[in-house]
Amino acid sequence: MKVDFNKLDKAFENRIRLQIMSVLMVNESYDFTSLKELLDVTDGNLASNLKALEKEEYITIHKSFIGRKPNTTYQASAKGKKAFQDHLNALEQLIKLQKK
Amino acid sequence: MSEEQKLHDDLASIRSMMERSSRFISLSGLSGVMAGVYALIGAALAYSIIYLPGGPFGYREYFINGLFDKENIPDLLFTPVMTQLIFIALAVLTASLVTGVILTRRKAKRKGQQLWGKTSKALLFQMAVPLLTGGAFIIVMLLRGYLGIVSPACLAFYGLALVGASAFTFNDVKYLGICEIVLGILAAALPGYGLLFWALGFGVLHIIYGTVMHFKYDR
Repeated sequence: MKVDFNKLDKAFENRIRLQIMSVLMVNESYDFTSLKELLDVTDGNLASNLKALEKEEYITIHKSFIGRKPNTTYQASAKGKKAFQDHLNALEQLIKLQKK
Repeated sequence: MSEEQKLHDDLASIRSMMERSSRFISLSGLSGVMAGVYALIGAALAYSIIYLPGGPFGYREYFINGLFDKENIPDLLFTPVMTQLIFIALAVLTASLVTGVILTRRKAKRKGQQLWGKTSKALLFQMAVPLLTGGAFIIVMLLRGYLGIVSPACLAFYGLALVGASAFTFNDVKYLGICEIVLGILAAALPGYGLLFWALGFGVLHIIYGTVMHFKYDR
């Protein structure tokens, strides 16, 4: 059975981006270091994927300092949450189709 | 990798990320069992120190018949018996914490979760508020002579800490917390049996909880 993959969000095709969004759906905000440790990826890899999500306006970035150390936190935007929900719905549809 | 396989992997990774980013799921069940065992040993030692010299019901009669005189509290607080009890309590606490950290670190390594990360910090902070409140409350009441409050308050505040903390770890912790609160209230209603309830709450309940968690999540 051939299924329609066009409804899936291209931004979430990449596993790291999908994981970042999953984290930001259940946490109000998450910082760079914690994300890096959780996903077990390199700084560069994480940064480029975050940048891609930022470009889609799916996440917002908040920069601040804890003492002297820069602390960057990320939040899912309303647009990003909506896109993620739609992506999940599309996944659900696809799996239902496969079961038939 | 087939498209179908990718779908299922995507879903699995969404689920795992949602859980691992918000809950500390590396708490070891076995450390609960060990904490329970230490608590029972501590309670048995405390029992022998308090009750054996005056017969099994000596202290209870002393307490219930009102021989317990508020004027004599300072004497009661700074006795060798009290020092021994405090020593036992600290030993039980230290042994439980050390075992807990070692076993939890082992499990965190296996689960690929940080021992000292965002989720474990949130969990500890959530627990620290009711525990420190309870600790301060108990010390103040002790100094004012209300010895009977120690066991019920320990159980009740610990239970509250667990119920709050359950949002940041296994949901099962909530039920342990509710049981501890119920025991705390029962202990308050039945003065003179504090140590027994303490042993039930911190010993027996921990062993049951730890065993359940071990078979549910650790294998």
